[in-house]
Amino acid sequence: MDTIIMYCIAAVLFVLSFIKDRKKTRQALMKGLKAVEGILPQFLSIIIVIAVSLALLQPETISRFIGETSGFIGMAAASIIGAVTLVPGFVAFPVAGELLKNGAGVLQIAAFVSSLMMVGIITLPMEIKYFGKKAALIRNAAAFLFSLAAAFFVAWAVQL
Amino acid sequence: MKKKSLIRRYTPVLITAVLFTAFIILLPSYKDKALSSLASQIKTMLLVLPPIFLLLGLLDVWVPRETLMKFMGENSGFKGKLIAFALGSAAAGPLYGAFPVAAVLMKKGAGFSNVLIFIGAWSTTKIPMLIFEMQAIGYRFALARLLIDIPGIIIIAFAVKKFLSKEDIDKLYVKAKEF
Repeated sequence: MDTIIMYCIAAVLFVLSFIKDRKKTRQALMKGLKAVEGILPQFLSIIIVIAVSLALLQPETISRFIGETSGFIGMAAASIIGAVTLVPGFVAFPVAGELLKNGAGVLQIAAFVSSLMMVGIITLPMEIKYFGKKAALIRNAAAFLFSLAAAFFVAWAVQL
Repeated sequence: MKKKSLIRRYTPVLITAVLFTAFIILLPSYKDKALSSLASQIKTMLLVLPPIFLLLGLLDVWVPRETLMKFMGENSGFKGKLIAFALGSAAAGPLYGAFPVAAVLMKKGAGFSNVLIFIGAWSTTKIPMLIFEMQAIGYRFALARLLIDIPGIIIIAFAVKKFLSKEDIDKLYVKAKEF
């Protein structure tokens, strides 16, 4: 759905741009293509790594980690799993909802969802390419710590 | 951009591809799962990337540096942060789509903290995802996360900026010019 909206916006702007200035539009297209090609090697290797990790880390595996263990260790495990996996939200949210119904703690699930969204260990090579090692590592470390703090808040707010 | 030879640039891909092949040969029980998730990742990539990169090219060609600096530059204040939040939250796609956009924003003179806020918003406050999260996990859960994530994004942005020296940041901006 949101992807369709992106396509519509891109298409409308592209047509407007084309009407206004064909040469500039061509230039924009070339720049876009060049940028894609520039990042493609990183993309492809990351995608292969993701495919393997998704095959190994199935929902049942995740639930074994955070469903039965409780407390801080379960939460830390949940954040680490969230940090190293790259699952789109539309896959992760139903799994998280299901796990919650089956007795996983809100704290663990919140830590998992937060670090899944904000921390990206697998995509780190790409982030480094654009932001440099230092900024990328600090951002991910800060986001990891924050997702632990956020988990406590969410768990507290849900039980209110 | 230093142009490395095509083969050198794609060496990591070749290595991971070989490892992937070895993985599915050695652990055949994971084969179907690995292949289907590879297919779905490639599908996501092919679906999500084209509009992002097209918009990126258009942004680069049409929006003058002065305009972007006025709205999102280092001195754009609260307005700049709000725009960064809105841009990131309106986006679609995985976080990796945000990095090239961030590079163009930097090239056009957006402030570094605004770029970081943009990345943070893209990672976690995307509106379509929020609605889905409410349905799948619960509205209290989703809203509580949104509420804590907004200050969190700002804190992370400032933390990253604080740890980087002026030269570090300048270097990133010089690199972004290569787009």
